[in-house]
Amino acid sequence: MGNGTHLGKVRGLGSSGHGSQHWLQQRLTALANILLVGFLFVSLVRLPLGDHAAVLRWASNPTVALALILMVVSVFWHLRLGLTVLIEDYVHGEATRLLSLVLLNFYAIGGAAYGIFAIVRIVLAPAAGLAPGGM
Amino acid sequence: MAGNEPSARPRSPHLQVYKWTPAMAVSILHRASGDGLAIVGACMFLWWLGALAAGPDAYAAFLACVWHDPSPDVGIVHQITNIVGKVVLVGLTWAFFQHLFSGLRHFVLDTGAGYELKTNKLWSIAVITGGVLATAATWLYIMAEAL
Repeated sequence: MGNGTHLGKVRGLGSSGHGSQHWLQQRLTALANILLVGFLFVSLVRLPLGDHAAVLRWASNPTVALALILMVVSVFWHLRLGLTVLIEDYVHGEATRLLSLVLLNFYAIGGAAYGIFAIVRIVLAPAAGLAPGGM
Repeated sequence: MAGNEPSARPRSPHLQVYKWTPAMAVSILHRASGDGLAIVGACMFLWWLGALAAGPDAYAAFLACVWHDPSPDVGIVHQITNIVGKVVLVGLTWAFFQHLFSGLRHFVLDTGAGYELKTNKLWSIAVITGGVLATAATWLYIMAEAL
């Protein structure tokens, strides 16, 4: 790491030109979250959450399913950015920090994939001729 | 990292010697509520969504654990998780509003506005108050609906 110059010493240790990208992505996903999580929040408060069939009917509406998929992408993208900063601020050991960041990426990508697959399952299970919970 | 400095250069005073201000509180609450939503909130959402997709039995099991177990002799585990579940849901509601209002404040600060001491203090207090009031209003609405 580094060739002794001031620039060489700090390369790879900071944002190194990507700081504004992180900042911008955080703001863009925040804006999307206001709309999409706001939609989920209002829906959750208004839905009869104890009624599986009713909630399933709501979630399998194509517009709702699309909004939920977009929300999962936006939320997990945003939380990955936020938790990255948390780890960079509070986890000090080089090895534990690297491990934490790897686990965070597994969580963010795995969680988003799980969520999107669940929505696809809800929407497409009837089309595949399966009862709810099939597939 | 305080204490690990290689030289005897001057140190910044530790956090506890500062007088707490609303702006400091709203700043750390933004991080705390965001991390709560990112870990607890996202996991609860995925659990709910997965149970919804897995069918009526899985969904009933989710509800029996988090909200209310309708069986006549409820086990001690569900008695505890039914309480914890409600506490977590109220906490997530607060974290949602706190992070939302605080995030909106950040959008305003991004434009360069709202840094004057009095304005900054006013909106910091407004964010914290708004988060608590919106949480209370939401749960009063939910309880009124349930009755």
